[in-house]
Amino acid sequence: MTTKVTQFVKHQVAHHFDNAEHEFDAAKLGMWAFLIQEILFFGGLFVAYFIFRAMYPAMFVEAHHHLSWQLGGLNTIFLITSSFTMAMAVRSAQVSQKNKLILFLVLTFLFAGGFMCVKYVEYMTKIHHGYLPAKWFFGTGTFDTEPLFFGLYFTMTGLHGLHVLIGMGLIAWLIIRSNRGEFHKDYYTPVEMVGLYWHLVDLIWIFLFPLLYLIG
Amino acid sequence: MSESAPVKDNYLNSPKGIWSWIYTLDHKRIGIMYLAAISVAFILGGIFALLLRLEHLNPGPLLFTAKQYNQLFTLHGAIMVFLFIVPSIPASLGNFILPMQLGAKDVAFPRLNLTSYYIYLIGAIFCIYSMIAGAADTGWTFYTPYSSTTDTSVISMTLGAFILGFSSILTGINFLVTIHKMRAPGMSWFKMPLFIWALYATAIIQVLATPVLAITLLLLVLERTMNIGIFNPALGGDPVLFEHFFWFYSHPAVYIMILPAMGVISELITAFCKRDIFGYKLVAYSSIAIAIIAFLVWGHHLFVSGQSDAANSIFSLLTFLVGIPSGIKVFNWIATMYKGTIDFKTPFLYALSFLALFCIGGFTGIMLGALSFDVFAHDTYFVVAHFHYVMMGGVVMAFLGGLHYWWPKMFGKMYSEFWGRIACALIFIGFNMVFFTQFILGSKGMPRRYFNYLDQYQPLHAFSTYGSWVLGLGLLLVLIYLIDSLVDGKPAPANPWGALTLEWQTDSPPITENFTHTPEVHHGPYAFDKVKPS
Repeated sequence: MTTKVTQFVKHQVAHHFDNAEHEFDAAKLGMWAFLIQEILFFGGLFVAYFIFRAMYPAMFVEAHHHLSWQLGGLNTIFLITSSFTMAMAVRSAQVSQKNKLILFLVLTFLFAGGFMCVKYVEYMTKIHHGYLPAKWFFGTGTFDTEPLFFGLYFTMTGLHGLHVLIGMGLIAWLIIRSNRGEFHKDYYTPVEMVGLYWHLVDLIWIFLFPLLYLIG
Repeated sequence: MSESAPVKDNYLNSPKGIWSWIYTLDHKRIGIMYLAAISVAFILGGIFALLLRLEHLNPGPLLFTAKQYNQLFTLHGAIMVFLFIVPSIPASLGNFILPMQLGAKDVAFPRLNLTSYYIYLIGAIFCIYSMIAGAADTGWTFYTPYSSTTDTSVISMTLGAFILGFSSILTGINFLVTIHKMRAPGMSWFKMPLFIWALYATAIIQVLATPVLAITLLLLVLERTMNIGIFNPALGGDPVLFEHFFWFYSHPAVYIMILPAMGVISELITAFCKRDIFGYKLVAYSSIAIAIIAFLVWGHHLFVSGQSDAANSIFSLLTFLVGIPSGIKVFNWIATMYKGTIDFKTPFLYALSFLALFCIGGFTGIMLGALSFDVFAHDTYFVVAHFHYVMMGGVVMAFLGGLHYWWPKMFGKMYSEFWGRIACALIFIGFNMVFFTQFILGSKGMPRRYFNYLDQYQPLHAFSTYGSWVLGLGLLLVLIYLIDSLVDGKPAPANPWGALTLEWQTDSPPITENFTHTPEVHHGPYAFDKVKPS
């Protein structure tokens, strides 16, 4: 047991909180409020999507054939698995298993990186064939409004991809801090908060995937 | 300073040095920094307003070209809305007072609080950049398709507003958690001061509505840079969708502005009538009710934008509903005064001004919510006057009232009561000269945002401009005597007004951690019949 004690850094509760639990509860409530605003942020895009899909159903079906459901599916698997490893990371922090915590965080980071690589391949194909927002669009399509679909596609997946990148940054920060032994059963707030954020990023993709890749 | 008693340590003088301010996590210092920043924005927006009024002294060009005029009213609107009114009461007075009224040492997330402030400054820099680099001329509403085609710098202005939105969201989250988690022992929800209830309702709107503005403005930027087509009819998009998105935020946003003002008024009226608020729970719940209804009325901005008759009727009805909780508040404030021991100090004069002006602003809002009248009055000076009666007559009056009320607490100095009353009277008279005239102009058909006008409107336009000088003089006076009080003001006692809320139970100015001992709460915030003010 003695080795275990020296392995971890003791957490200092901020001066304006009564105790660690008080601090944790506040952080968690704040994070949930933040997630709610994230949902409303993406909500605007989803509303735009549904309006235009209702206006141009045939164009949406036609345009979505230019997306690869195989690559989208692979990315879905990547993100769902990463949500699982993230949950395991939180669990490891709660029971003070430092090595497992780092392992699961690294795995999560790698799955997120895999997602971005696949996204990169997909984007390059679109750019190559000209399936882009109207300013650069030179793809072929039966509908004049097809650039609108790709405008939505790039906006929605682009903003989601940005959230994945931010998540990767946060996970990297967690790995560094875990390595210093800052997270353990008495203090794992950042791991839990980034975990919540990561599950939301995953959840948004779970809606984006069928809406963009699996139409009709 | 010659015969000074030893100056006690307080949040202003300890720790010392400019870096201790730049890196400060103290909610009081951050509140003061916000106060300075929004004051600069208010002065800037105010100068633009004076110039706009001056241009209208006579028909025809006087100072500006038509395009410059469009840029000026855009800058006036954008600065006043995004840089001044939205953050005004919550970020400056709220930041300072909220933790103290709760009996807490700080907000829940002090570092996030400082981050919000710097995000605000970055947003402000974008807006200022837009001013220099060919200021936007779209109006503060950025309506498409004009905003996606004009050659002025719309992108930097919308990005500025986008960034300011983040600051607003983070402040909202911070206050929400602070109110939930940081209340002093004994302070149940119904023992909270009503200012806090108002900030709580505001925070809900900030968190739920602002992200929609963020995505809307981002889509506008993408529209201009990548031509994504969502708002462009040539590509199958829909410009009216922008209006829906924009007002889904911006209508609730006017409640982000007015709710904290209502909270301030509840504090002022109880403190200067020395009476418990009439119907505490109704006043508290009406804040929440306004926050909820706020989300359901945005369509009343689109009555003439081709919305269906059914949608118009529903939005009209919902708009009338907002009048109920607002009316409850007004009646309760007036009932609080009944048989109170009223003390006509400067902050209370502002509260009375608020009541008068807000009632006019509110009732004309109900008029505009009626479809038949709105079709007649939309896009005229009538709307401009209504908006200013609520925003300036309501929010700014309450802000000034709150500023005077908490000034002794913030800086430990008393301002000149005499000049305070004179300035309040000038502001009240000047304001009505400017904007009551505009109700008449609007009802005679003067359209808003027009550079030129027919000769027949000249006398009224000129009167409105004269009023702007009286109003400007009043506000200048406030600036002068408040700054003077910092230098020459008498030291303020801990509780100059004899109020009962917790912020008055500590020194003026307070120590860094607000209270020497965490206060315990045994009575309501306005229980003047049970306890004597210390």
